[in-house]
Amino acid sequence: MNATASDPVLVVVQLTGGNDFMNTVIPYTNPLYHDARPGLRFAEDEVLPINDTLAFNPHAAPLKDVYDAGKMAIVQGVGYPDSSRSHFRSSYIWHTCEPETIATEGWLGQAIGQMDPDKENSLTGVNFGRGLPQSFVSKGVPVTSVGDLDNYGLLTGMADRREASLERFKRMYAPAIGTGPVMDYLSETGQGVLSGADDLKKAPAMYESNVEYGSDLLGQGLRDAARVHLADLGTRVLYVSHGDYDTHSRQELTHEKDMVELSRAIVDFFQDLEDHNAADNVLMLVWTEFGRRLADNGSGTDHGSGGGAFLIGNMVNGGLYAEYPSLEQSNLANGEDLAHTYDFRGLYSSILNQHLDLEPTSIVGGDFEQLQVLN
Amino acid sequence: MPNAAVASMAHLMRRAGMGATRPELDDLTSRGYDQVVDDLVHPERFSNGYPDIVHPYLHGPLPDEPAPEDYEDVLLRYYRGIGGPGASSPGKWIFQMVNSQRPLKEKMSLFWHGVFACAPSKSAHPRTNRRQLEMFRRVGMADFRTILLELSSDPAMLFWLDNNENHKDEVNENYGRELLELFSMGVGNYTERDVKECAKAFTGWSFVQPAHGAVPYGKWATTFQFREDDHIYGDKEFLGLSGDLNGDDVVDVIVQQPATARFIARHLYNFFVADEPPVSAWNEQVPQDPEAINTLMAAYFESGGSLQHMLQVLFNSDFFKASQFKRVKSPTEHVAGILKLIGTYREANPGIDQYAAATAVMGQQLMAPLTVEGWQTGTGWINGGTLNERVNFAVDQIEDSSKPGIRDIIDRLSNLSGGVLTATELVDNCLDLVGPIVVDSDTRDELIAEAQAEGELVFNGNQEKTDERVIHMLQLIVSTREFQFC
Repeated sequence: MNATASDPVLVVVQLTGGNDFMNTVIPYTNPLYHDARPGLRFAEDEVLPINDTLAFNPHAAPLKDVYDAGKMAIVQGVGYPDSSRSHFRSSYIWHTCEPETIATEGWLGQAIGQMDPDKENSLTGVNFGRGLPQSFVSKGVPVTSVGDLDNYGLLTGMADRREASLERFKRMYAPAIGTGPVMDYLSETGQGVLSGADDLKKAPAMYESNVEYGSDLLGQGLRDAARVHLADLGTRVLYVSHGDYDTHSRQELTHEKDMVELSRAIVDFFQDLEDHNAADNVLMLVWTEFGRRLADNGSGTDHGSGGGAFLIGNMVNGGLYAEYPSLEQSNLANGEDLAHTYDFRGLYSSILNQHLDLEPTSIVGGDFEQLQVLN
Repeated sequence: MPNAAVASMAHLMRRAGMGATRPELDDLTSRGYDQVVDDLVHPERFSNGYPDIVHPYLHGPLPDEPAPEDYEDVLLRYYRGIGGPGASSPGKWIFQMVNSQRPLKEKMSLFWHGVFACAPSKSAHPRTNRRQLEMFRRVGMADFRTILLELSSDPAMLFWLDNNENHKDEVNENYGRELLELFSMGVGNYTERDVKECAKAFTGWSFVQPAHGAVPYGKWATTFQFREDDHIYGDKEFLGLSGDLNGDDVVDVIVQQPATARFIARHLYNFFVADEPPVSAWNEQVPQDPEAINTLMAAYFESGGSLQHMLQVLFNSDFFKASQFKRVKSPTEHVAGILKLIGTYREANPGIDQYAAATAVMGQQLMAPLTVEGWQTGTGWINGGTLNERVNFAVDQIEDSSKPGIRDIIDRLSNLSGGVLTATELVDNCLDLVGPIVVDSDTRDELIAEAQAEGELVFNGNQEKTDERVIHMLQLIVSTREFQFC
């Protein structure tokens, strides 16, 4: 194991579907906000102000506490030029840092490859959920994706025969000479899944906690992330997704639920880590593929451009970063979206450079302005 | 050793369809390989594949080739009629892939869906996207000119690539560019000026929403509309041809280009024969089998660009017959192939959507490719997360001996060698009945060792025990590296 308990750890929370940033950190004194959102606005006396112009969503009170404690950076107006309104495409751009052509190399996969160049630990990057986010995909970098931490791994449907069959699987996936590069790749991938599973088994057994997480997917996902982090398996990047943020209709109900779950899960997670004295090296990034349209459509909002991200952790120099997108008609993207004011690749560069101590240029594909956000 | 004719037929059906059960293989083999190929490329010889149970839902006799609306309506009614929830479009598509008596038609629809990748994420009209799938079914094996004209007037594609924003006074190049780069010739075979002229030729190719506010019945599919008043008339020059070119004139030029024939030939090779590098690398990397590409290009030109003819040449070629297990299965092939094997969902029972969800977590969300460039195939399908999903899915689906396909395999085994199988016989016959598939000799040794641990398999009436042993062997086989190929 080439990592130690004090190595920096990154937890990524992806808000899938495009979070309505304008109703998360709300320009509550701006008349243009109230004009644009007759169906979905929050009144000035409902919101949780952080200054004269911006306020938290009333359902995100726990997050405001984190902000007030100086442990949260709000990165405003994050996006990229000519923002795609497709969920799939826009997420893919965030995953691969490549807005123009199609790329397959994920930014976290590349970071993981640099942190574990000899492929010693397939748990250096762990995703919680089905499949694998493209962020984690990098050729030759073994990573792990956990659907159910308490019953993780291959051949879970085999019951009594599972243990022996895993042994057999390992032998069947042994690299063989002369079977070709695709077979070799399958061998390597299969062995990576197996070795990850062996170590991951330890995490649930070791875990004890007084924190009661929510039963929602994010709460349970961050609980799994905490269990893996606390098991000290050398994991440096943990990935969890939360959604649905695609609030085309009935946004009032869906977004309230999103905000409640998100803020509770984040606070629970850091409380759990604090209780185990294991929070100091953990930085959390919360991102979404785009913000939503300036104007509501009656009961929801359609896909937009510039969104917002959060960085949370004890090392974060809390506050507001970059600029809140202008709501003036003449400044809107596509004539109707909040324009981005800060490139997400600068945000990634800040994390890679200042937290993970990696050279960001090759990973994000260029030099982008960093935020001085970490203490 | 598996029967060579059966192995060859199994290979054909894995590629031209989603596989075949052993009874189907026996029947197909008796018809002969060439005849089966001929039938595959003539889907009109077979019923369109509605199970008999839906007939009462149709008013009047089953139409030979129902209009898309009828098709959709029937399936929707069918699913609701049996008390299940309405299945999603990808779910219904998987059902069709597994059950259609016109398997190549479904496979070609999947082919075009990958080449002309288009997703509903940008569209408020899912019905429009379902119409696109119907279009692929309708013309997927026609001549390429017809296909490109249909594509260029397909509302879902026009919306996806912004051609409804391609106006007389404000040209939008998105569709014009992708038509040349991703849908027909590939980069390096035309100039930027050709792109601009192509885009101009397609000004005014748009669509119209026939009705509004149809909730709760859902929105209608949009239909193609050529807006004369929004089209740029007058001289254009495209790949050497000048004149008052409209979109169909441009298509006429495109389909005559050797680059187009080559591009389609490489796509067919990659999808039906063996994994090639990603399309974006085709300019730098020569095909692994240039002779095969030449053969397919010749088939294109001698038939006026007929996909039907190209496919017939391809399936009858030596390079195809020699390509067993040279492709990594796509998630859809993996999932639909397992459904074929286990024999469930031969009727439209509720729950088919779980299989659409399964392909999605393996990296192929049908009708929602990530980008216009489609999916990364070959090893692009495989990573730790997706391999775990592929193996566990296959193992979990095999686990029940009451599934008709599993029962059939067990019954066939019990009738061999007087009901007593050595470990080697058990392994070889399971490999045969699952495919036949071919595994590396080391893999085979491991499987035999596993079987040997419990000695001979004796079908002695203790069905629970014998079922369990066979299922375990099948589960190990579908977990192998080799099973990831087709």
